Amino acid sequence: MPEEKQAKSIDKATLEMLDKAAEEGIATVFDRAEKMKPCPIGADGSCCKNCAMGPCRVPLAKGKEETPEEKKARVGVCGATAETISARNFARMIAAGSASHSDHGRRVIEAFKLMAEGKTKDFEIKDEQKLLKLALDMGVEIGNRSNNEIALDIANKCENEFGKQEGELLFIKNAPIKRQEIWRNLGVVPRGIDREIVELMHRTHMGVDQDYRNLMLQGTRAALADGWGGSMIATEIQDCMFGTPSPVLSEINLGVLKEDMVNLVIHGHEPALAEMLAVVSQEPEMVKYAESKGAKGINLAGMCCTANEILMRHGVPIAGNFLQQELAIVTGALDAMVVDVQCIMQGIKEVASCFHTKIITTDNRAKMTGAEYMAFDEHNPKESARAIVRAAIDNYTKRGKNVRIPNIKQPLIAGFSHETISYLLGGLFRASYRPLNDNIINGRIRGLAGVVGCNNARTTHDSGHIAMIKELIKNDVLVLSTGCGAMAAAKAGLMVPEAAKKYCGEGLAEICETVGIPPVLHMGACVDNSRILIAATAVVKDGGLGDDISDLPAAGAAPEWMSEKAIAIGQYFVASGVYTVFGTTWPTSGSKEFTNHLFKDMEEMYGGKWDFQPDPVQAAQLMIAHIDKKRKALGIDKARERVLYDMDMRRELEG
Amino acid sequence: MSKIIASAAIRGAHNIVDKADKKWKEAMEKWGANEPVGFPNTAYYLPIIFGISGMKVEKLGDMEAVLKKCKALLPPPVKEQHHLPYLGPVLDAGMIAFWAEEMLEAIRYLETPDFYVKGEDVTDNNIWLGAADDIIMRKRGVEFVDGTAPGFAAILGAAPTPEIAKNIAEELQKKNLYVFMAGSHNGEKFSEQLVKAGVQIGWGTRLVSFGPDTSATVFAIGFATRAAISFGGIEPGDYRKILIYNKDRVFAFAMTMGDVTDEWYANGAGAINWGFPIIADTPIPQILPTGITTYEHVVSNVPHDEIVNKAIEVRGLKVNVTEIPIPIAFGPAFEGERVRGDDIYLEAGGGRTHMVEWVTSKQMDEVEDGKVEVIGPELADIKVGSRLPLAIAVEIAGRQMQDDYEPILERQIHHLINYAQGVMHIGQRDIAWLRISKQAVEKGFKLEHIGTILHAKLHQDFGRIFDKLQVKIYTKEEDVNKIIEKAREVYRHRDERIEGMTDESVETYYSCTLCQSFAPSHVCVISPERTGLCGSYNWMDCKAAFEINPTGPNQPVEKGDVIDAKLGQWKGVNEFVTKASRGKIDHYNFYSIVKDPMTTCGCCEAIAAVLPGCNGVMTVNRDYTGETPCGMKFTTLAGTIGGGLSTPGFVGHGKYNTTQRKFVAAEGGLLRMVWMPKILKEEIGERFTARAKELGVPDLLDKVADETVGVTEDTILPFLQEKGHPALTMDPILD
Repeated sequence: MPEEKQAKSIDKATLEMLDKAAEEGIATVFDRAEKMKPCPIGADGSCCKNCAMGPCRVPLAKGKEETPEEKKARVGVCGATAETISARNFARMIAAGSASHSDHGRRVIEAFKLMAEGKTKDFEIKDEQKLLKLALDMGVEIGNRSNNEIALDIANKCENEFGKQEGELLFIKNAPIKRQEIWRNLGVVPRGIDREIVELMHRTHMGVDQDYRNLMLQGTRAALADGWGGSMIATEIQDCMFGTPSPVLSEINLGVLKEDMVNLVIHGHEPALAEMLAVVSQEPEMVKYAESKGAKGINLAGMCCTANEILMRHGVPIAGNFLQQELAIVTGALDAMVVDVQCIMQGIKEVASCFHTKIITTDNRAKMTGAEYMAFDEHNPKESARAIVRAAIDNYTKRGKNVRIPNIKQPLIAGFSHETISYLLGGLFRASYRPLNDNIINGRIRGLAGVVGCNNARTTHDSGHIAMIKELIKNDVLVLSTGCGAMAAAKAGLMVPEAAKKYCGEGLAEICETVGIPPVLHMGACVDNSRILIAATAVVKDGGLGDDISDLPAAGAAPEWMSEKAIAIGQYFVASGVYTVFGTTWPTSGSKEFTNHLFKDMEEMYGGKWDFQPDPVQAAQLMIAHIDKKRKALGIDKARERVLYDMDMRRELEG
Repeated sequence: MSKIIASAAIRGAHNIVDKADKKWKEAMEKWGANEPVGFPNTAYYLPIIFGISGMKVEKLGDMEAVLKKCKALLPPPVKEQHHLPYLGPVLDAGMIAFWAEEMLEAIRYLETPDFYVKGEDVTDNNIWLGAADDIIMRKRGVEFVDGTAPGFAAILGAAPTPEIAKNIAEELQKKNLYVFMAGSHNGEKFSEQLVKAGVQIGWGTRLVSFGPDTSATVFAIGFATRAAISFGGIEPGDYRKILIYNKDRVFAFAMTMGDVTDEWYANGAGAINWGFPIIADTPIPQILPTGITTYEHVVSNVPHDEIVNKAIEVRGLKVNVTEIPIPIAFGPAFEGERVRGDDIYLEAGGGRTHMVEWVTSKQMDEVEDGKVEVIGPELADIKVGSRLPLAIAVEIAGRQMQDDYEPILERQIHHLINYAQGVMHIGQRDIAWLRISKQAVEKGFKLEHIGTILHAKLHQDFGRIFDKLQVKIYTKEEDVNKIIEKAREVYRHRDERIEGMTDESVETYYSCTLCQSFAPSHVCVISPERTGLCGSYNWMDCKAAFEINPTGPNQPVEKGDVIDAKLGQWKGVNEFVTKASRGKIDHYNFYSIVKDPMTTCGCCEAIAAVLPGCNGVMTVNRDYTGETPCGMKFTTLAGTIGGGLSTPGFVGHGKYNTTQRKFVAAEGGLLRMVWMPKILKEEIGERFTARAKELGVPDLLDKVADETVGVTEDTILPFLQEKGHPALTMDPILD
């Protein structure tokens, strides 16, 4: 198997800590991945364990054409075909992914509501502009009302989005008109977030929806309830409450941990606790307390998407991405790893047991056997955060001798919210996406790519992201990134403006120099993929590039995906009109017919489609080919003549 | 932006804001917060600050808030390594650099009131013109609106030699562009270089020497900003619209001549907000990607002999210039140039000799196209400083030609001859007056070339209505007198015909949307008895213009059913206006000032306003800068009602229209006129009295008050009562 020879990571800090772990006999995700191969039947989506007559295995024989008889025989005990089984498995991944983002969104709304009702003093409106914009969008009266009164109405409306039974989700209207029509015609506009997920779970139950096309309509509806629902609510309300990100310089990789300070890593996905930790860890009393224990101060760092949240808003440094969570502990310098929800490997507990590191769970939805639970009370956020910081400080004195922090970190520029991009492209007085559209039209920028998603221990850590991104920017494709993919790019030095000259094609390099941006823009956590949807819509609205997201010379990818959230994101991107290519492994390979539905039929339905290509450079080429196809359709594949205006032409201009 | 430019521009903005802050503090100590500040005779305060932010700076103390905002918006310097994105911040820095510079210039007006000259002309001792007042802005703005001037070049610095400066200026003039000059390079100033090279500068020749410092750039940008407010009808403070308006409609660009300092970069960044690109003659970094400007943002290292063409290409401007085969430069920019005293080679007309200009139709076989004859002495035959009688007879033939077009063509002679560099022309018909300079003659100019100009330009602009044209230029006394006699007979005939035309006598009016390039929702409809409010177009002109260009800005408008004969409202007109104003205006009345009067683009010659206390109306022309009894100066009035609005109680109109029979006819016409500025009374007095006679009050003009009587209703009312003004006994003007 190629994995035997394959390097574990392209990230030097990771490799250094893997050596340390090996020296100390500590097993990590990388070792377990080598020991345990993925189940080949499950990996292809050919295992059905939705009832107790099974689990049924309907694998597709490899290396030969299947005869019609063989295909006929490939059914479960109940008679479910490989197509149905594959589609049900895929749909359940969407349901779980949408549920995760949306439950995140729900928690944000709960905190927002507490704030609006004055039940917690520690949260406040940080971005009044955005609050008012949301109010206008949602039809909430502004008048002479206080921010909190407005916020309460918004909170109630958002809360209602989850339990709504009929109608349409409010943020659907943020999409281009043409896109909304496509959804309405196909009947995939979500009614209420929870309802779509519940219905999808129902329809994938034994003996319900056994037509993959019909099933995927609901799969799409649940995915849209994530991207244009739960995720979008989470992003928008977080921006109101914690501030809309703007460009900020920070650092990334394990080298941000500090030998002489209390190191506290916050890991997971939600920003509320992390926000509070960022504030209280700088309080003089806390710093004094740390000093009383012999530390020089408190060093807060992030991991995974919680890290992205506080990086985007405060420039808090990042210790690493998903596959580095155990390795942060392996440094021996981590005094506490504080976790909330999602992507927290249980393996950290075992690794932590080799060191003094405290694993502190904080969310009642996400406890871990053997870890300490310190509830994050949203009624009293700062006090909860202080208790956690104190626990980390107390643990500092227990640090062992075996401390080794890799001297590896990279600077990065983050903070590219949709609003910020608009500002950066024109300043306060001329903010718009015009320069972006203009330069896509004139070809300096060939197109846009969203490279997002996870790390996956089945492939060389970070390598897929970096190879793909480098290929894209070399070909003048501007890359927008979120989640662990963004962190990979940052660690590889692609998120500083200096990267433009080094890695980009001439056209993109010129744009980066003009705006002063890196060629890869960090747009936030994985829940913030909604920012990419809004940015894409803004590009459409600014004109000259068609009238729908599917017209844009743009593509999406998750080269190292592993989470069910990635499938939900992928589906809402496809359904929003984006060509989306995944790497590593493909979960429906067991059914050619269903895979064909995702890879071909969907393009006719949505203008976007799925694709799979494990080689990141080839995947990038597929994306570029798609971008070129869209450029041709728009008629911008050729150089345009300069138009000189005389008075008659000026009179023709619309007022 | 490039990093080098961004870093420099932000540094420059910091310097400029610091300077303004220091200057303001000194001024506050000396004068106090209540000291009035501002630019002369303008309703737009400090126009960039007002237009962009909506803040009115009227007193020194008002600057505090602006400075506070400047400091809040000043971006931090660009870091050497791993800098944050700078395009947005640097554009902001450029904007506030302008705000700070406007305050610096305003404080200069306070400290040194005579630093800048007043009006359009430079003097021997002072060439710095400073801020364009609203009269200049409107008068010159009209040229931007109708396309006579397609844009402006803002020049910072100085050329390597006066000769190069002259060449660049002349080339810009030939492209009909205004040239706005500021700043210096190595102590040299572009404006001074032009003076040294013997070039006439001032508003008249479109070579506008705003000021010696970089900060005088704000006078150019302030001009552009006011254009958006006054002609585009955009609300002050609606910064986005004002800037986009300029990007789309004001074809301006900046040229830097010499080393680009941090402050220049800041000004350049500011200009880019308006969509004005920067063309540099030095090797500074370029910014070629498009977006804020229509094409490239900064193009550099352009050789001097290519810089003008490069600039207009980068701005995306198409200038239609016909080359006239004469040995001197030709274009509207030379229209305002004067020929004086020792420079005069030949003088004709103007009371010194007889002079006449006459366009007349002939049979096809009587005209040889392009033939120019000089009958009598040519310039070569006379001495410097001579006078000659002169008749210019233009003979035209063509299938489409009508007698009615003759005066239209004839009226072109004035500006066409004036377009020639070194030739000055005043008046028309038998009161024309011509001067030709020594410099022009030295370059080889002959009287014959007048014929060349008329042939080429009339063919270009009016070729559709005639086929052949020849010119006869007479310079012998007896020939000239013969032509004068014939011409006078024709003039009398024409005047009678025009006088006799009424709105009722035609079924078709003509639209004029010439200024929609600037005022997108404004549409004039011109009838025989309501000439264009800019004073440029009457019904006959529009009719001819339509014949010449059937898809142009003058379209026939069928009156259709009469909705109200007294107010002057027609169904067909309403329908047209609705469509042409893009739905903004669905009706208006031709003859009323009180009820839904006609809209104005802001370039009207005069504005009438109801004076309820006097039961009449007043009118004020653009050239009168003083207060008026309606409580507003002309410029404030124009600002209030311009931009394509219908404002009851106010109406914009042409000066000529005052004495037309339908002028505010719904309210009783000219008999309502209770106040006019003295200059307007003098200008239109003769026709006013003629019309007053028709109305049975021959001494009406004496009963009309002017500023010597008063500029409030209270002060003029006793005068009107004493004179027995007829308005006082008419029905109440407002019901």
